[in-house]
Amino acid sequence: MKTLKFLSVVVLVLTLSAFASNTGDNGYKIGDIATDFSLENIDGNKVSLCDYKDAKGFIVIFTCNTCPYAVAYEDRINALNEKYVTKGYPVIAIMPNNTEVKPDDNMEAMKARAKAKGFTFPYLMDEGQKIYPQYGATKTPHVYILQKTKKGNEVKYIGAIDDNYKDAEAVTTTYVEDAVNALLNKQHIEIKETRAIGCSIKV
Amino acid sequence: MKRLLVLLLVLITACKNEVSDSQIAESKNVIKTSEEVVVDDFQLDVYDYDGLEPLINKDDDKIHVVNFWATWCAPCVKELPYFEDINQNYKDKDVEVLLVSLDFPNKYETSLKPFIKKYDIKSKVVAFDDTDQNRWIPAINENWSGALPATIIYKGDKRQFYEQSFTQEELETELKQFLKT
Repeated sequence: MKTLKFLSVVVLVLTLSAFASNTGDNGYKIGDIATDFSLENIDGNKVSLCDYKDAKGFIVIFTCNTCPYAVAYEDRINALNEKYVTKGYPVIAIMPNNTEVKPDDNMEAMKARAKAKGFTFPYLMDEGQKIYPQYGATKTPHVYILQKTKKGNEVKYIGAIDDNYKDAEAVTTTYVEDAVNALLNKQHIEIKETRAIGCSIKV
Repeated sequence: MKRLLVLLLVLITACKNEVSDSQIAESKNVIKTSEEVVVDDFQLDVYDYDGLEPLINKDDDKIHVVNFWATWCAPCVKELPYFEDINQNYKDKDVEVLLVSLDFPNKYETSLKPFIKKYDIKSKVVAFDDTDQNRWIPAINENWSGALPATIIYKGDKRQFYEQSFTQEELETELKQFLKT
């Protein structure tokens, strides 16, 4: 009887882990703890999440220079940072593309774009493309909202910035703002995951 | 006179084509071009998701290959000839290719139409303009994260979705799975 119990537990664990491996390899899910990193910023300095002692969390956005969807969101990403950096949720932008495939996303081009658009947030190079696969980002732009907890930076929202990539004026649901506002007000996040159209990350 | 006008239109679009793609964000107020404009006998059909839905769920005996792409998407453009080849080579086997362009509406005249003309695209091309991405991405396929390019191959109830780029061999291999049945 004991053996049977033991066996059924083994079977259960095996079954669960089989499911986990089916769904869990593609990056973070809501509630996961996100990895920190040390990536080079456009100003030449390395940036890590742990540098932000006073932050309550982060709006991590995988984005780039060359994707029209990312370009369409540049001003809105800037606005997000301006709105939330003082409230404890800075934007951290990470450029995940292979710059040999996309030379217009290299560090020089990132610097130029940031200057031209007046980026107020760090714009980091995912050197060696090691960070985006851990997050499970597949495209630009792709947002992960993290909240600082005792366990680490917990993933609270994954997906799109809002519901209209084409026209900021026509947006009806501001997914990222709504999620950060909910976190700031200690409320439940209504929409935790959304789909966003984007350019596949170039490997 | 009419021909002269057409020529003029083509020339204008050809010149506009040189405007950099990075202008998209700034140019959101560009007048949306009419869906009925015919440039050199060439009309582009534009759909939102409700319009596109029947085109990607046809219930006939044909194999449908639907590719989501855009002229600015380098991996999309790279694999486009493979879809063109399938369109040419498998016509007699009841295979239909549909190229769904996600170019922004302000690029239809300056990028998309010139691209179709320049490369003499023979497959059916439609433009897809629907900003409610969180609605139509999962509706098209539950597993689609939203990255381009993406492809559907279907015949009746049998349907496969691919969020990836293809080599010519890979695409033919996938198609042949449908040809067998």
